Amino acid sequence: MRPLTPKRVFWICSVLVGVLFVMVVVSLRMGAYPISVRDIVMTLFNGALGRRDRIPSDFWLVVFGLRLPRIALGILVGAALATSGAGFQALLRNPLADPYVLGVASGAALGAMLSLMFAPQVPGAIQAAAFVGAAATTGAVYFLGRRGGQLDSATLLLAGIISASFLSAAIMFLGTTLSGRDQRGMAFWIMGDLSSPPSLNLHWLYLVLIVAVGSIYTTSSDLNLILTGEQEARHLGVNVSRVKLVVYIAASLLTGLAVSVAGAIGYVGLIVPHVMRMIFGTDYRLLIPASAIGGAIAIVFADTLARTVVAPTELPVGAMTALAGAPVFIYLMRRSVR
Amino acid sequence: MSASAENSAAVAPQTAAFGQDAPVRLNVEQASYAYAATGRSAPNFTLGPATFEARQRELVAILGPNASGKSTLLKLLAGIVKPLSGRIEVDGAEVGTLDLRTRAQKIALVQQESEVLFPLRVWEYVLHGRYPYGRRLRFESDEDCLLAGNALAQVGAAELRDRWMDQLSGGEKQRVILARALAQQPSLLLLDEPTQHLDIGGKVELLRRLRRLADESRYTVLVVTHELNLAAEFSDRIVLLHKGKCLRVGAPAEVYDRDLLEEVFEAPLEIEVREGGRPRVILRGNL
Repeated sequence: MRPLTPKRVFWICSVLVGVLFVMVVVSLRMGAYPISVRDIVMTLFNGALGRRDRIPSDFWLVVFGLRLPRIALGILVGAALATSGAGFQALLRNPLADPYVLGVASGAALGAMLSLMFAPQVPGAIQAAAFVGAAATTGAVYFLGRRGGQLDSATLLLAGIISASFLSAAIMFLGTTLSGRDQRGMAFWIMGDLSSPPSLNLHWLYLVLIVAVGSIYTTSSDLNLILTGEQEARHLGVNVSRVKLVVYIAASLLTGLAVSVAGAIGYVGLIVPHVMRMIFGTDYRLLIPASAIGGAIAIVFADTLARTVVAPTELPVGAMTALAGAPVFIYLMRRSVR
Repeated sequence: MSASAENSAAVAPQTAAFGQDAPVRLNVEQASYAYAATGRSAPNFTLGPATFEARQRELVAILGPNASGKSTLLKLLAGIVKPLSGRIEVDGAEVGTLDLRTRAQKIALVQQESEVLFPLRVWEYVLHGRYPYGRRLRFESDEDCLLAGNALAQVGAAELRDRWMDQLSGGEKQRVILARALAQQPSLLLLDEPTQHLDIGGKVELLRRLRRLADESRYTVLVVTHELNLAAEFSDRIVLLHKGKCLRVGAPAEVYDRDLLEEVFEAPLEIEVREGGRPRVILRGNL
């Protein structure tokens, strides 16, 4: 009997952050302009200390101007998607829940697209609209997925898949009516892509990320109990409706956040929490931070591949996650319980 | 079977030694409930006013045929639903006024249903019982682990500690769920048809274990069950329900009246009184 301790959570997260750092350096190294790992590390080191004068200007441009912003965006999106996936899995008590599979990401994309059409200049409007779209879709799927007053696993997934295809159709329809300026390509919303810098400053987006992940984290002890049954959790003293509301809002916010800057990237929210569960167990007090960092690693890795596999052409990162994610998904489905 | 019945008989008289001076843990006063009691429609089911009490170290069996209101009564006691009228007090505090955590420190409910979504070790599951004693985001202390280990030992499941929940047999799972309830350190232990999926040996073992928990660990145990004979054998008090009415409350010998039970269970029954005064129900004549 070895219960989870804060120390263990800290060490595992530190190791994962180390892996993420390596991944970031590898990703910074890849690209048309050659730059050595040593130069990257020196540039990052001096940049972190604010010693810009010690960095050659082309290194500065390549690392801080071009590659790092995209990586930072990838970290944000990956952390948001994986955490919201872990949140949805507990909220809906369904191991196959994921913002993409449930159609929540499509709802967010539709919201974002509508805001691009009607309020393109308002700062933060895309994020807000994506959040509303995500929250509305979660609510709709939740109610469509009920059967006889109970949440039914298969009905829920079907409701999600149908919502996703309906919303994707709506997005395609809207896409054909958009003028060339706004038409960032429907593939962006449908497949997910990190190549366009967000309209809002990254700091604000990271702030939202931290608040939303933090609020899900405060419920992680409760989620552990809810996973063994809502009624039982209530008998053990969990305020189930409050916890569900917090997770519902935060997970929708995270999905909206990710989709508003990168479109609907699939499978990260499903695969990453599952892989983390396999490695570290099911305890949400570890699973939430591990999924957030793991999601960041996964997206940075996928985007590095997307940029380099068929260079100079770039693939949308969502195509990479789907290529890698779908087989893993099938493996997970076919695998016995453990 | 006969050996186990002898053993249980050896346990039974001992319980009579705890007299009326043991503190009252549960006090139910004229508590009633009605389903779908909206202004417009007539209620589908009502539970008439029930009055009884349960003391420390007592084992109370709630008996009755299907749809007699047993589960509703248990829900009232657990605080899942609030009584339409009357009072239900645990350790002097009205159940409805307790906040969720305090309630979980006083009342533990063991139900059949326990579906585990993701793989979980037995000890992790039992540690969940310590939840009501911590802050919102909590990590278990050494004391929590000790109590969880003790709870497993109390139900004779110490060796199951490192097993996976989904690999347990029905009886093993039952014991682990009971251990989680014990880890809550409640005053009141409520069990909803715990004997349902057990074979006869498992049923006797479970009731004997509950009896021991009441005697040795001072729990007040309330069991909803269909097992007339096991209830007569092990309980101090019987609450007999029929069609939403609390028909009779008392010691098994007082409640097990042939005419009454025949009417309630709609079956030809014979009641014999065994040594020690505990009644036993048998089916009468040819079926």
